[in-house]
Amino acid sequence: MEVQKTALYNYHKNLGAKFVPFAGYEMPIQYKDGIVKEHISTRTHAGFFDVSHMGQFFLEGDETLIESLEKIIPADLKNLKINHSKYSFLLNNEGGIIDDLIITRTEKGFCIILNAACKENDIKQISQFLKKNHKHLLNNDLSLIALQGPKSVEILEKLIPGVANLKFMTGSNFEYEGENLYVTRSGYTGEDGFEISISNTKVEKLVDYLISNEVKPIGLGARDTLRLEAGLCLYGHDLNEKINPVEANLKWAIAKKRKEVGGFNGWEKIKNLLVNGCEKIRVGIKPDGKVIARENTKIFSSDNNEIGFVTSGTFGPSVNAPVAMGYVKSEFSEIGTSIQLEVRGKKYGGKISELPFYKKSYVK
Amino acid sequence: MSEKKFSKKHEWVSLDGDVATVGITKHATEMLGDIVFVEVPDAGKAVEKEGQAAVVESTKAASDVYSPISGEITEGNKAIADDPGSVNTDPEGASWFFKLKIKDKGEYDSLMSKDEYDKFCKENPS
Repeated sequence: MEVQKTALYNYHKNLGAKFVPFAGYEMPIQYKDGIVKEHISTRTHAGFFDVSHMGQFFLEGDETLIESLEKIIPADLKNLKINHSKYSFLLNNEGGIIDDLIITRTEKGFCIILNAACKENDIKQISQFLKKNHKHLLNNDLSLIALQGPKSVEILEKLIPGVANLKFMTGSNFEYEGENLYVTRSGYTGEDGFEISISNTKVEKLVDYLISNEVKPIGLGARDTLRLEAGLCLYGHDLNEKINPVEANLKWAIAKKRKEVGGFNGWEKIKNLLVNGCEKIRVGIKPDGKVIARENTKIFSSDNNEIGFVTSGTFGPSVNAPVAMGYVKSEFSEIGTSIQLEVRGKKYGGKISELPFYKKSYVK
Repeated sequence: MSEKKFSKKHEWVSLDGDVATVGITKHATEMLGDIVFVEVPDAGKAVEKEGQAAVVESTKAASDVYSPISGEITEGNKAIADDPGSVNTDPEGASWFFKLKIKDKGEYDSLMSKDEYDKFCKENPS
């Protein structure tokens, strides 16, 4: 398959981006400032991220659309209000996570933001449950820009009046340059911020404005350190088809009503795990020293038994220490439990830690 | 102190009598990005030419640092292990990685000069 590029590819190039192949796209991993500076400027001012590689999948239909989607998504879609968003999943028959996603109720149906690497398969999986009168579209004419950081609201409000009134995990239509755009208050950094769905033809103009307000471009490198400090999962690393939401410590994302009534893929299995607990569970991990425990690092108990593995690990610039996430046997998941991390054949001490590593309050 | 010599794996070496000082080049730090972890060898460790001697990690990835010259480690630079970011600031000065007592000066002589190394970097961009 040919390598794909977002509408901003040349724009990134002019900003000095270094590119890497990611999910079939050429994406910026960092710009001139480098990962640490990009990370810090997002936390202290604001940064923008081109996340147009993600799928913007629109569904339209009557009441039966909700029934169809609820078979594969364990959110309470029936009671989701228009312009409200939920974090949820696509689940397989075993309760494994096919993808994690944000679903928003629109006037005519739903919009789902899908991970770039998963979007084609996701649409195939969702389509199995759709009826003939349900319309769907993966809209490639739209870009998606995340604006994240404490100054985001002040900066975006000047350009698009009204966005300041949005609460976390809600969205609305706005007008910009004579065109409609959709803005949600959400993100993937642990900071206040927005995701802006805008036509490919207008996106450069929006980004010009952001840059003129000293919003720095942020690559995938800092996107990873920011989300990991915020304790957020990355699909394909912390989540996959063999892991279910209970093991992933994301049972909060299954609607209460749906936990009781079920009616979605893998419910039997998930119901059982909710009652009896699971063998392994996702935890936060803090190495004691400076050593970085990266993905696939083996985790041992203090008496040298292998108890799990790391799924994401890096240096957290705002925590100013290494941070990681991984799966351990449930009996070792209590916060503060001493563990050992095997890095380059040597064992280093660490502890099970609370998530997130870095806390900031969202505007609720 | 002798002039600096350079390896294809982006280490530099300077020689003072039979004790060599080894670090990574400015070019290497630019490729690595922000350095966040460094592990240096302990005194007494024997290293082979092009053998793994230290570890450097950036926010992106972990890389091995090889010794361009064989010998016995006399000192690892603990200061850079405590402050890994200093390697980005002064890679070819205060932020050396280790010193070693060399066995064969010929290994040093066979390394690249500054000009040869600069040319090598230009021809092998990565």
